[in-house]
Amino acid sequence: MDTLALKKAANEIRKGVVTAVHSAKSGHPGGSLSAADILTYLYFEEMNIDPKEPKKADRDRFVLSKGHIAPGFYSTLAQRGFFPVEDLKTLRHVGSYLQGHPDMKHIPGVDMSSGSLGQGGSAAVGMALAGKLDNASYRVYCLFGDGEIQEGQVWEAAMFAGARKLDNLVFIVDNNGLQIDGKIEDVCSPYPIADKFKAFNFNVIEIDAHDFEQMEAAFKKARETKGMPTAIIAKSTKGKGVSFMENQASWHGTAPNDEQYAQAMADLEKIGESL
Amino acid sequence: MADVKKIATRESYGNALAELGNDYPDLVVLDADLAAATKTGVFKKAFPDRHIDCGIAECNMVGIAAGLATTGKIPFVSSFAMFASGRAFEQVRNSVGYPKLNVKIGATHAGISVGEDGATHQCCEDLALMRTIPGMVVMNPSDDVEAKAAVKAALDHEGPVYIRFGRLATPVINDKPDYKFELGKGVVLREGKDLTIVATGLEVAESLAAAEKLAADGIEAKVINIHTIKPLDEDLIVAAAKETGKVVTVEEHSVIGGLGSAVCDCLSAKAPTQVLKIGVNDTFGESGPATELIKKYGLDGDGIYAKIKEFLA
Repeated sequence: MDTLALKKAANEIRKGVVTAVHSAKSGHPGGSLSAADILTYLYFEEMNIDPKEPKKADRDRFVLSKGHIAPGFYSTLAQRGFFPVEDLKTLRHVGSYLQGHPDMKHIPGVDMSSGSLGQGGSAAVGMALAGKLDNASYRVYCLFGDGEIQEGQVWEAAMFAGARKLDNLVFIVDNNGLQIDGKIEDVCSPYPIADKFKAFNFNVIEIDAHDFEQMEAAFKKARETKGMPTAIIAKSTKGKGVSFMENQASWHGTAPNDEQYAQAMADLEKIGESL
Repeated sequence: MADVKKIATRESYGNALAELGNDYPDLVVLDADLAAATKTGVFKKAFPDRHIDCGIAECNMVGIAAGLATTGKIPFVSSFAMFASGRAFEQVRNSVGYPKLNVKIGATHAGISVGEDGATHQCCEDLALMRTIPGMVVMNPSDDVEAKAAVKAALDHEGPVYIRFGRLATPVINDKPDYKFELGKGVVLREGKDLTIVATGLEVAESLAAAEKLAADGIEAKVINIHTIKPLDEDLIVAAAKETGKVVTVEEHSVIGGLGSAVCDCLSAKAPTQVLKIGVNDTFGESGPATELIKKYGLDGDGIYAKIKEFLA
């Protein structure tokens, strides 16, 4: 898929995010929008997956460790054809399969239930380890928040992945710089993030999370790197694409009202037209 | 009972894993730097490529097991009960229980019979913790024979399972030709009409000893071995309560939340009965030789006998 097509897909995914969160009257738009381009690249370009056969054995795996950006994840899966886009409006509704956080038991395309921060990395490591034990060719991708990496379990997983040389594993950090209580460096700074992963024996690549060419180069380098896992630190803008949500910690976990929803969709329509 | 064969169920655990390794090619065993103590080292010797030492990081180990299980592996996660059920509780709940993954937890060194290590390592809360997780099977085998059977039953069961093993060598009481292990089914080891003793783990042998002493006083106790705390064999317990009246539960676990609570939950709804819960009485343990601690905390045959006499008085 060329860059223009990826940008268009990402913009549709962003529309799905605000639509789902608006319909749910709750949820997490900020991080969903910051990670939308990464999710787009993974599901439309990088990963070996088949929406018609979501559980095929040789598929690449994805774990959304920052499970609260389920709206971004679901919108991506829907756009990719795992389930109807229309269903996004049922997010967080009683009886809907689109639970507030990813639920592998009920949602096609979800490889691991997640949402309790810090746990997804270990599950991804387990999947990568299974791949090594079975000499399987699939790769495993795990997306973290930059606030999430304050959880100690992330570093337990990183230590194991580095020690076991899991080169079929890619950790991605959505580095949007904001968490619920404010700037990550003000709350409890995880910086320098790249140096930390290097110290855990990762191949570390730093990119702009909204630049598809940089993503292509980074994931290619990850695939070519043997004997160590890769960490991609992706510098992003929280709320990306919706003018009034950008770089605002307050939009971490707040739903837009009707007026704000109309404004958000207008912003995204404008971006779509400009592409 | 000096000539009775004694084996710690942690030994049974390691031996069972090694014995079943060939029949269950998807079985992988995870440990957190305790392979020598949990006895998964026995499996490691037989199947080095399928034994994964995760280092001292139990939360990560449980998560790795969850990831392995998504690919079809059957991971047995091993640590002390304190760390497997306590430290990693939320990982067990959210990464294993919620997605109902096929992860087995082999938790050794449960209860005060850990002995000299003292209270920090004597987990008397694991049954309570694990029992609250929807879909979790919770087992506490009474001896070597049952512990090995429980490991096999766990492998044959699809879904999360927690099995509690002990450090202390305890009498082998189930080495009978007709022994059969059925997950979720209690076993009547002794008939009696005056009361029912429901016991689990190493307290089954102690309860049988107490029943012998009661018999000498003319009190006939029915003794039920509950190796599966969840799902509980409610039919058996209700029938026994209706038959004998008073019920006594015995466990090497807090009286809050374990077997006693499970039995009371059942009887309060289905057959209200007076129940005496014998266990660790809302207190931490302490250092000392295991058998001395069991005696001090009133969990040996004599202690159980004395409490029951008081209960019946």
